[in-house]
Amino acid sequence: MTRSVGIIVVLLAVASIYEAVALFHPISESHRSAALELFSAVDGSFSSLEEAYEALRTFEVLGIEQKPDIKDHTCNSVVDTLSSKSSNSRDLYHALRVNGLLKCKTSKEALTGITSRLKDAVKAATSLLDYYHSIGGLLLIKDQSSEVDVLLENADGILRSIKALGQSDGRWRYSSNNPESSTYAAGLAFETISGVISLAASAIDENLIGTLKKDIAKLFDSIEKYDDGSYYFDDKHIDASGHQGLLSATAAVVRGLTTFASTTDGLNIPEDKILGVARFFLGIGVPGNSKDLYYQIDSLSHLENNRVSVPLILSLPATVLSLTSKDVLKVKVNTVLGSVAPPLSVKLMQVFSSGSKDASVLKQELHFDPKEAIHTLNDLPEGVDIGEYVFAFEIVLSDPEHKRKFATGGRIKVPVHVTGVVKVDDAKVAVLEGDIVESEKKLDLPRKTDLALSANHLQKLHLSFLLTTPFGKPFKPHQVFHQLLDCLDFISLYVCLTYLSSVYLQALLKLRHESGVEHIFVVENSGRHFEITLDFLGLVEKFYYLSGQYDIELTVGDAVMENSFLQPLGSIDLDLPKAPEKTAQPPPQAVNPYLRYGPKAEIAHIFRVPEKRPPQEVSFAFLGLVLVPFLAFLVGLLRLGVNFKNFPTSAIPATFAILFHGGIAAVLVLYALFWLKLDLFTTLKSLGIIGIFLMFVGHRTLSHLASTSAKLKSA
Amino acid sequence: MVRSPATKDDAHALFHSLRSAYSATPTNLKIIDLYVVFAVFTALIQVVYLAVVGSFPFNSFLSGVLSCVGTAVLAVCLRIQVNKENKEFKDLPPERAFADFVLCNLVLHLVIMNFLG
Repeated sequence: MTRSVGIIVVLLAVASIYEAVALFHPISESHRSAALELFSAVDGSFSSLEEAYEALRTFEVLGIEQKPDIKDHTCNSVVDTLSSKSSNSRDLYHALRVNGLLKCKTSKEALTGITSRLKDAVKAATSLLDYYHSIGGLLLIKDQSSEVDVLLENADGILRSIKALGQSDGRWRYSSNNPESSTYAAGLAFETISGVISLAASAIDENLIGTLKKDIAKLFDSIEKYDDGSYYFDDKHIDASGHQGLLSATAAVVRGLTTFASTTDGLNIPEDKILGVARFFLGIGVPGNSKDLYYQIDSLSHLENNRVSVPLILSLPATVLSLTSKDVLKVKVNTVLGSVAPPLSVKLMQVFSSGSKDASVLKQELHFDPKEAIHTLNDLPEGVDIGEYVFAFEIVLSDPEHKRKFATGGRIKVPVHVTGVVKVDDAKVAVLEGDIVESEKKLDLPRKTDLALSANHLQKLHLSFLLTTPFGKPFKPHQVFHQLLDCLDFISLYVCLTYLSSVYLQALLKLRHESGVEHIFVVENSGRHFEITLDFLGLVEKFYYLSGQYDIELTVGDAVMENSFLQPLGSIDLDLPKAPEKTAQPPPQAVNPYLRYGPKAEIAHIFRVPEKRPPQEVSFAFLGLVLVPFLAFLVGLLRLGVNFKNFPTSAIPATFAILFHGGIAAVLVLYALFWLKLDLFTTLKSLGIIGIFLMFVGHRTLSHLASTSAKLKSA
Repeated sequence: MVRSPATKDDAHALFHSLRSAYSATPTNLKIIDLYVVFAVFTALIQVVYLAVVGSFPFNSFLSGVLSCVGTAVLAVCLRIQVNKENKEFKDLPPERAFADFVLCNLVLHLVIMNFLG
């Protein structure tokens, strides 16, 4: 546990060195494909005009064409909303926004009617959203039709009532009843204010505008910052539409700021904050849902050509340079939407190698290729060998007038990895007895080797090699912490290597016993010289006293080493003393998972041996034999002189007698069917029916017979 | 031991007297006796079959033998009840006894058929 805490501390220390070092990329093709995927209209239309506007605006900014049937559907919905009497100012606002993008056919009368409704709404407005929707609607009508009169009479009064909802910390409240304030509301307020200023019929009081400028400056004082240089606004409260968070608040403030700046001059917002907000939006990458994508794209399009300062983004298409393939450093400078920047030059100011805070100032200018709009650095500065560096650039605008218009960001720090092939020299393995070399062999790493060494517990194994960079300098790895020596049981070693292998050079020697037990040792280094001595006397207990053949493997690797290798070196036959009693047992080896889930042994089922049946001829013979007594019975009956004299002759008793015998025959047939295929329940049911019939019939027959014989007796 | 001709004659005489006495019995009783003999012979043949081929399936054997034995027993009961010389069943009409015989046989054979399998 303490080991992993220590490693996390190391990670944080490493991260702090890379403060304000990050890479941002302007909007690219991946945003376009994400927009097409996220804004898919269901059944050819969007679920609401608000969503339709978000989709259409995103497509417009990204330059994606919209399908004509979607346009028609949405236009129908727009015209319906605009002509309906029951739409409130919010619906009208959204419909007018979509109309502004799609330019649906609307009549002048409809727009005039809407204008008067919106002007009434402005007069009757009490909350911020009322003002926002109605003023926004009027502004949109102004852009869409030049014939309708949208100017506001009491602009000063409206501004004052909007300002009354503002707070001293720069945030805004939604209404005078609700004390909750948010940054999102502040963004909406400034957008509304700029709308009022553009729609004002007469000039507005300059003092009022001055106080509003102070308010927005105060709002920007509350901006928050990430370590990589991005700035954002956070809203702890959920806004009116239920959408909470950094993105919506920051997007609203950007909209408010840029629209306000387009209506007034002399807004003083520090350019690093504008650049920081642009970095915030670009740092999201490609958002996963449509609302976030809309906020990102809409805000960036507002920042693209705003009147305060336009942010310029410096990006590197590739941050990994290979010395082997002689890569050149390429730098691109664009606006946030990826458009061409004004004429400028990029200078490489400093190169920091990893871990150091100081570096010499270079001021090397990059060569600009106008066809591809890429700045290249043809030769890397002196002393840049393989490793991790931080390159600090500065953008210098060619036209001094542009310095006020564009935000360049001062010194921009970018992480760069320089990789190359590391040469392994002078590698040798030796078995030492005391200090005397018993046997020594030279290795040609990283090529294949096959050693066959042998040693006993009194000897030592010594491995050494030199690592040199492509420029012939010693490959100075990062400091190998001694904690790594503790990372020798399987699980924590994996954790150590996963986190640190991307940063630190690893040179490991692994010995694997034939039974599967592994031991890993770190090869220490001083400068370029790497060596390790395994003193078996001290390691006997660690090896669990297991003698036998051990396979040796050497691993040398680093993030910037292009030829990292894991090389089996051969084997060593170790002769260790016998284990005394009560030693630790080697850990059980992991079961090969393929064996565990592989096919199992086949089970042979033992079935009950079927009974021996007699041959069919014997059975048939006895069937015949059983029938013989029956035949003998019939013959005997005939010999006794059986007759049917007592059978009733007159009609009714005769029928009953026949039915009686028929009934008995029916029961016997039923029994035969029962044996052949029926079940007990159907048989009992049928038997019940026949039985009742039989009883009745039998009673009649037998009573007739009884009365006949009684008559005979008396007679 | 040598049988004396007197004993041999006595046996013959006994046998003849039995035969003549038996011929005096009414015909209906002789029919019932014949039926009983038939049933017993059928049972015996089934036992011989069991001895030859073995007892599988045992339930069928039991069913067959008990059917024969049961019907023989019922026939004997019928003979007792129908016999006019039997003073105990003087008031029982023979038709009634015959009806009982038929009914009991039907019930017996239902059970037998169920057990036959």
